[in-house]
Amino acid sequence: MSDSAVPGAADRGVEGVEGEERDDLNKAESAQIRARSLRLLGSLIRPMRVKLALSIFVVVISTISQVAGPSIIAYGIDTGLPALLNADWMPVSLAGLAYLLAGITGAGLIAWFTVLSAQISQAILFDLRRRVFLHTQRLSLEFHESYTSGRIISRQTSDLDAIRELLDSGINQLVQGVLYMVFTAVALFLLDVESGFILLGALVPLAVLTRWFQLRSQRLFRRTRVASARLIVKFVESMTGIRAVKAFRTEKRNEDEFGGLVEGHRETNARVIKVFGIYDPGLVLIGNVAVAVVLLVGGFRVIDGGMEIGVLLAAVLYTRRFFDPMEDMAMFYNGYQSATAALEKISGVLEERPSVPDPERPVDLWAASGAVAFEAVDFGYVEDRPILPPFDLRIPAGQTIALVGSTGAGKSTLAKLISRFYDPSHGRITLDDVDLRDLHPKDLRRAIVMVTQEAYLFSGTVADNIAIGKPEASRDEIIEAARAVGADEFIRGLPNGYETDVNKRGGRVSAGQRQLISFARAFLANPAVLILDEATASLDIPSERLVQDALQTLLADRTAVIIAHRLSTVSIADRVLVMEHGRIIEDGSPAELIGGTGRFAQLHASWRESLV
Amino acid sequence: MPEVSTPDVAETTTAGTVATLSRLRPYAAKALPRIYLAMVVTLLASAVALTIPQVLRWLVDGPLADGDVTQLWIAFGIVLGLGVLEAILIGLRRALVLTPGTHVEARMRNALFAHLQDLPVSFHDRWPSGQLLSRAVSDLNLIRRWLAFGLVLLVVNVLTLIGGLIIMVTLNWVLGLIFAAAAVPVIAYGFSFERKYSDVARRSQDQAGDLATSVEESVHGIRVLKAFGRGRYALKRFENQAEQLRGTEIEKAKAIAGIWLYLTLIPDLAFGVCLVVGVWLASTGQSSVGELVAFFATATVLLFPIWSMGYFLAMTLDAKTATLRFFEVMDSENTITDPAAPVTIEGGAGELVFDDVHFRYQDAPAAFPDLIDGVSLTVRPGETMALVGLTGSGKSTLTALTTRLYDVTGGAVRVDGADIRSLSRADLRTRIAMAFEEATLFSTTVRENVLLGRPDATEAELREALDIAQASFVDDLPQGLDTKVGEEGMSLSGGQRQRLALARAIAARPSILVLDDPLSALDVDTEALVEAALRRVLARTTALIVAHRPSTVALADRVALLENGRVTAVGTHSELLATSEHYRFVISSLEGERAPQMTELDQKGARS
Ligand SMILES: Nc1ncnc2c1ncn2[C@@H]1O[C@H](COP(=O)(O)OP(=O)(O)OP(=O)(O)O)[C@@H](O)[C@H]1O
Ligand SMILES: Nc1ncnc2c1ncn2[C@@H]1O[C@H](COP(=O)(O)OP(=O)(O)OP(=O)(O)O)[C@@H](O)[C@H]1O
Ligand SMILES: [Mg+2]
Ligand SMILES: [Mg+2]
Repeated sequence: MSDSAVPGAADRGVEGVEGEERDDLNKAESAQIRARSLRLLGSLIRPMRVKLALSIFVVVISTISQVAGPSIIAYGIDTGLPALLNADWMPVSLAGLAYLLAGITGAGLIAWFTVLSAQISQAILFDLRRRVFLHTQRLSLEFHESYTSGRIISRQTSDLDAIRELLDSGINQLVQGVLYMVFTAVALFLLDVESGFILLGALVPLAVLTRWFQLRSQRLFRRTRVASARLIVKFVESMTGIRAVKAFRTEKRNEDEFGGLVEGHRETNARVIKVFGIYDPGLVLIGNVAVAVVLLVGGFRVIDGGMEIGVLLAAVLYTRRFFDPMEDMAMFYNGYQSATAALEKISGVLEERPSVPDPERPVDLWAASGAVAFEAVDFGYVEDRPILPPFDLRIPAGQTIALVGSTGAGKSTLAKLISRFYDPSHGRITLDDVDLRDLHPKDLRRAIVMVTQEAYLFSGTVADNIAIGKPEASRDEIIEAARAVGADEFIRGLPNGYETDVNKRGGRVSAGQRQLISFARAFLANPAVLILDEATASLDIPSERLVQDALQTLLADRTAVIIAHRLSTVSIADRVLVMEHGRIIEDGSPAELIGGTGRFAQLHASWRESLV
Repeated sequence: MPEVSTPDVAETTTAGTVATLSRLRPYAAKALPRIYLAMVVTLLASAVALTIPQVLRWLVDGPLADGDVTQLWIAFGIVLGLGVLEAILIGLRRALVLTPGTHVEARMRNALFAHLQDLPVSFHDRWPSGQLLSRAVSDLNLIRRWLAFGLVLLVVNVLTLIGGLIIMVTLNWVLGLIFAAAAVPVIAYGFSFERKYSDVARRSQDQAGDLATSVEESVHGIRVLKAFGRGRYALKRFENQAEQLRGTEIEKAKAIAGIWLYLTLIPDLAFGVCLVVGVWLASTGQSSVGELVAFFATATVLLFPIWSMGYFLAMTLDAKTATLRFFEVMDSENTITDPAAPVTIEGGAGELVFDDVHFRYQDAPAAFPDLIDGVSLTVRPGETMALVGLTGSGKSTLTALTTRLYDVTGGAVRVDGADIRSLSRADLRTRIAMAFEEATLFSTTVRENVLLGRPDATEAELREALDIAQASFVDDLPQGLDTKVGEEGMSLSGGQRQRLALARAIAARPSILVLDDPLSALDVDTEALVEAALRRVLARTTALIVAHRPSTVALADRVALLENGRVTAVGTHSELLATSEHYRFVISSLEGERAPQMTELDQKGARS
């Protein structure tokens, strides 16, 4: 994930998103990445092969009818004209009719092909979008935290744009262009072999030039993907934190920084374009020289009487036409290079394996009782920085635990382990004696639900946000959940009640209201194990009281871990755990601990004092 | 799409394509001369391409008929020379246009970013993030490509076609006119295509923006989605949107297929007719074979420009839509701006006054009373005022008014006697520093995050701020102050984030501190330590502190109670406990777990 040397890195090469920003990929690494992206491309195209075959068939016929054009004209002039001089209208009418017919078929088929190829490319894009979305959802928090949202967003937006650009016009250009060229070449050979060979000769410099372009542009295109990702990261972050940006007057600094990124992006783009600016006229040059040579050689033959004028004319036209799609083809190749650079990045993300993987042979657990156990568990976010030293902990089904301790002690970390946001470094965590790592993800998420310290709301209605707890919930259930946590009243007071859009990140409602909505969500989910991480920290005291009441009934028959700095929670707990520096230093019933002389007794005393 | 922007959208789509695109002029001004030059160069290239058939005509009618080898060599030389010239001209066109295109894109992107940062928070509340992102990235990219290719080739193609037609008419006016007549139905269809395509293009770009929003939220909200195991559910919603976009894109392709049908069919029909008529003309001697040959060669050269018209037309309409979308943001007026002649306050002790302040959010229904409904409150220099009220009573809103994140809708907020709207925003925001209820950290180092408001602070000042916020944990981080805190500070604990945000406000050394529930994520002990340290700072700084807990209230000299949009009581904690029933309701601790003294006090208060 990072560039740091990982054991065995040498044989794995650049796996996943590793080396994504590196500019100095060696040949093997570059080839590895290329191969990976082509594999992805292959797997995207494979399901489309029938449609693709059909569309190629369509375009073959349409191109044949287009290519027929010059031959028909040649026939019209060489045969039709002399015939007409003898008052024979037949050949020239035939030629006219043939031209019309070819025109109609060609045009109709091209139109059909356009729609067909759009269907294909849109299906491919849809498939790719879906895959990336699903995969990023699967990847663990560890990945998300180091990769940053901006980069994931850029993979799913600007990188996909690059691929879309290719597919949009590219397939059209490619298939049509190639066929047009092949048929033109074949027609030329049929018409006049010698001119055909001249054309073939022109392919040699063409190949050389293309190879040069490929080598030069590949690295540059990789750089543009990195540059645009950086741009997006900065953009997203500045817009997300706009309040802080304004309050602390960082607009100017941001503009400078963003301006630097924009310039970097512009420069790489300009360099790509320059390389292309040599490639494209180079192709035109090759084509034009070929035309001149065909003309010269043909001219000699006409003078020698070895060739008819009509044939020479057609040969020149064909040669010219052969190179006509060249500019389109060059654009296609350009788009292709850009799209593969994007595919390289995307395939890297898709290659990442979640550090919290789904079990291979999942154990089903239909109705969990809610007994949670930590067995010799220790954990650190990064190696060599243990947050939780080895410990054991048993939480019997139905018990309500209050987890308290100073900030940074590791309470949220413990909670995240129970909800399997992370896996422990050693030891195991079980639910009803099943290792969380073996539990079917569906069962795990149904059984264990956590309300995180950050109350994140999605844009959408209040009802939608609550329904995340249980997507199939009826409106009545949603209202019931809201009522239970004391959110119903304020929701009804919103302009459109439950249908009010909460705006991005729930900015439309107050911090306390956000917490109430998150809480209603968890209430609706109705899990066997409920984890509340500071779920009431932003609430006023009367609302908190309502929530406490709701909890009392809600928690009667389920396991709960409640993290709170306000010790009022303790009143509904069966057991209190006190954490300091990652260690559970006290464990007992509230009465026991308050009565003692330990850390909790002292915390509780300070808390009582603070109430005055 | 935000509802608010829909009306202007409907209105602006009707604006003409040319009128819309010409709005790009200010950004493209520097590039325009080169673009015009590129058109000339491209035109020359096309002229060269059109000259080749003329040489052919001369060759067929002259040297070939006569069998003149020298002339043949000359013809070859000319064709070759013209070919090389064409390649050079095409290269020149690219050199002229492409780099300036990237400059235009960069200029527009910077302008958009600057404008977005300048626009008020209310704008950002309304606009989905993905819509902004898609404008900043995809739309501008589209505009660049249009400027570099689309515009030049569209103009040049049209001119080439006109030039070609003129040549054809001079070659043979009957055939030329037949060919020209074919343009009429094509042009007629073009108009209906413009309307249809503009429509779909708009829809597709908007839907792409919505999709970007979904992507962004799925990543930012990953913890919720994981906690509830709703990855699949989010995928469903995403798929629905992606499906819609796919439908729109296919509709777009159908529109393009329609115009292509016309663009390929009609010239071919004209070609067929010309063939028959041309041969007949030649047979009656009204035209030479060479003329006929040149005519068809010219027509062939014109075929590609005709076909590609569909492509460039579509591209132009895409660019038009992108331009519209860009200007939707750029035209959004900033309602919170600096005054023309900002007042400067010398020194300033830091008095903060709310004078009959009214405020309502834009989307509040008319029937609702103002959210802030006449708040009058004076926070004296050096005084610490706590702001207490129920969830949703408007405390955060009131704090946001002090730095003009929103502007009051009535009354005024004054700092040291000056209406804050008469100060420059930068000045105001230097005087007042805020800590928000949700600690917003950026993915840079701890140091940069803390020094956000005052990048030039000394190490000692930085240390002091960290000490007051009890943020000594930063020294235990892997790289100390230079540790990157990760996106939104997610690699820190909740309380650690909050303390950094607090340290940031303190480090800014404002004369007024506005803290929104700054201690909510701290444990009791740390809270007490922060409070003790804060008291020292607060002795010399004016402060407005939103509080939910009695312990935070204890920091304050006086407390203001916000109720139904008004400040209904101001006084010390014990005064209010004694006199205000609502205050007791808001601040008194939980039943059952209430400390005994507290219960007594409550009862006393209730009786009195
Ligand atoms: N994603 C992460 N990556 C690296 N370190 C982390 C990460 N999340 C938390 N930490 C570190 O782990 C330690 C424990 O954090 P945790 O969030 O568990 O604390 P907490 O007890 O919940 O504190 P609080 O009461 O402030 O929320 C802290 O020192 C924190 O800096
Ligand atoms: N951007 C917004 N647009 C429209 N209404 C809003 C917006 N932000 C908040 N509101 C509404 O205004 C009211 C006051 O919100 P505010 O955030 O000021 O409350 P608060 O007193 O800070 O509450 P809390 O204690 O929960 O933080 C709430 O009812 C909320 O729904
Ligand atoms: Mg925590
Ligand atoms: Mg608030």
